[in-house]
Amino acid sequence: MKVRILIAVAGVLVLAGAAVAYVGFASARGHDVAATGAVSLSPGPRLLFRSTADADRGHVATVSATDPGGPRTVSPLACSRVYAAGGTGLCLRPDGDLTTYQLVVLDARLASQREIPLVGLPNRARVSADGRMLAWTVFVTGDSYNGGMFSTRAGILDTATGDLAGTLEDYAVTLDGKPYQAADLNFWGVTFTADDRHFYATMSSAGHRYLVAGDFAAHTIRTVRENVECPSLSPDGTRVAFKSAVEGDPARGWRLSVLDLAAAKVTPLAETRSVDDQPAWLDDHTIGYGVARAPGHSDVWSVPADGTGAPRLLIPEAESPAALGP
Amino acid sequence: MYLSTVGRREHAAKGKLSAVGANVFALGAVSLVTDVSSEMVTAVLPVYLVLGLDLSPAAYGLFDGLYTGATAVLRIVGGYVADRVRRRKVVAGTGYALSAVAKLGLLAAGASAAAIGAVITLDRTGKGLRTAPRDALITLSAPEPLLGRAFGVHRAMDSVGAFAGPLVALAVLAAVGAADPGAFDAVFVVSFCIAAIGVLLLVLFVRDHRTPRADPKAVSPRAAVALLRGSGVRRLLVAACVLGLATVGDGFVYLLLQHEEDIATGWFPLLAVGTNLSYLLLAAPLGALADRIGRLPVVLGGYGALAVVYLLLAGPVSGWPLIAAALALYGAFYAATDGVLMALAGPLLPESLRTTGISLVQTVQALAYFTSSVLFGLAWQFWGAELAIGVAAGGAVVAIGVTFAVLSPRKATA
Repeated sequence: MKVRILIAVAGVLVLAGAAVAYVGFASARGHDVAATGAVSLSPGPRLLFRSTADADRGHVATVSATDPGGPRTVSPLACSRVYAAGGTGLCLRPDGDLTTYQLVVLDARLASQREIPLVGLPNRARVSADGRMLAWTVFVTGDSYNGGMFSTRAGILDTATGDLAGTLEDYAVTLDGKPYQAADLNFWGVTFTADDRHFYATMSSAGHRYLVAGDFAAHTIRTVRENVECPSLSPDGTRVAFKSAVEGDPARGWRLSVLDLAAAKVTPLAETRSVDDQPAWLDDHTIGYGVARAPGHSDVWSVPADGTGAPRLLIPEAESPAALGP
Repeated sequence: MYLSTVGRREHAAKGKLSAVGANVFALGAVSLVTDVSSEMVTAVLPVYLVLGLDLSPAAYGLFDGLYTGATAVLRIVGGYVADRVRRRKVVAGTGYALSAVAKLGLLAAGASAAAIGAVITLDRTGKGLRTAPRDALITLSAPEPLLGRAFGVHRAMDSVGAFAGPLVALAVLAAVGAADPGAFDAVFVVSFCIAAIGVLLLVLFVRDHRTPRADPKAVSPRAAVALLRGSGVRRLLVAACVLGLATVGDGFVYLLLQHEEDIATGWFPLLAVGTNLSYLLLAAPLGALADRIGRLPVVLGGYGALAVVYLLLAGPVSGWPLIAAALALYGAFYAATDGVLMALAGPLLPESLRTTGISLVQTVQALAYFTSSVLFGLAWQFWGAELAIGVAAGGAVVAIGVTFAVLSPRKATA
């Protein structure tokens, strides 16, 4: 028995020592990012994005809209997901060094205006054109009505009134004209109309994914059509860019398309790779989106919104694109 | 065998918890250390997959769905092999070792979704392999009148590990810096080292109870099938199935609490912590109580607690007292059923096929639980939460009746 206890003590010491040594080695490898300048969110011909380059991974940066592959201005601010419009920014980032997150409302000079804790992993972020309304989506692993799968939760903040809808799950839902309730309601990918009251989003329930139209004032949501995810409303408000699951099955990837709201007509875009992102309108004719290149690395590509042309590499080592303005 | 062994006993040993034997404590220590390791990974895996590797949640769900059926079959096969070679420690040790190796596998898998899926499946395989031989060893290590206490001690130690795991993971992330891409690797390395300590403790301190070699016919596929013919075992499986069906799933209980109370989402993860705390504190005392007044009453009481939880969720009561009561009772339900059911099952199974029998009971319960959570999801959708939870409460009451009917002491020979 004595021998066994000696072996156990020695073994535990060796293994615990190895663990501590590895943690020490990993934390010593920390690296500082040199910010290259002052990023401004004020409207102008610039593209905002999150860098995925090793040197400044996670940092918010901008490039000129006319020379997107050119020099980048990198800020000291790091976010997991970022978006900006009308001089207001939205940054979803880890809250300290823990596995919790927060959303940060940014002014045009990237100063924090308000911080709200988030439960779940940041996934989508949007700001309405005039900068008043903010929306975000997180993945949550608590609602295990499907055995450990993620559910999503979308929230909206009105910066003018301070009204916060932490989740859309308590909105009154109308499905195909009939009131609908279910435990497995999930919402993601909100996009705002110009009136700052209405919005579009994705709703899923019972294996179906719908484009829904919502009303922030009345707290209502109604379905518009099926198999439309991560909608993004064009600047002129006539079309919705979105990703749709190939043959209705997300396991087969997603195809970028544009829906003309008035004509109810869908045009698949020239990008044939699977895109798992909420597309962003760079102008009235161009869609921008991130495509993963390798783990932790993405590029921002662009493609015409009318289904013609071909995808073009816009910003290397970038994701979460947002056009700051004309 | 007399089924009356599951009922009240005349002279349950009065004594301390230490009376359950060193082997139970050794197994408890192994479980504690292993749970720290596995809960560390469970706590960070979603973040790692989605933010570290940019995998979509759809892929993550796929991983999770992979193993339910596969491990069910494997659990029974592993249980049978353990009985056949009469080396339960070796089979359990293989399970622990597989899960330890899987932690390193996460490092090696990098960002390949297929490789990560394979590694997670390997980890679950290890868990499926070890559970039944471990519980069989507990039933063989402690004196029969003290089995409830033995399982109580083991489950309490196990919960301590589950409780500490996420905290250790957070400490590692904080030390390395969560934004550092290497932070997750550090969590996996530490998790592997801790899992390896668990395997080391098992090898050094857990003693295998090699039951006397029965005649070879006693451990054969035919004998395993014959096990199902014994009325005692059949009743046990019926009870496990009914009880599994009465449980709708933790996720729903927490979700309903949140709906009922409009709890800020920030508190949501703490609901499970509350249940765990109650389970941890009550496991050993309720195990001891089961030895004293009989295991069946305690199991039935546990399902009574579950029915009360459902009624609280369906009823008009509200406020923090409701939440505290619901979580305390939900933990009590686990403490009164999880280990105590095994203590109740052990003596009903012949020693030569004990691991096989326990794995059957656990698998039936797991599959019934899975079925009921799917059904409850549908009921919620079609009837609304109120009616669904009311039906679940009724189901728990029916389960108490059925379980009492099939397991109550009788003088029938099994």
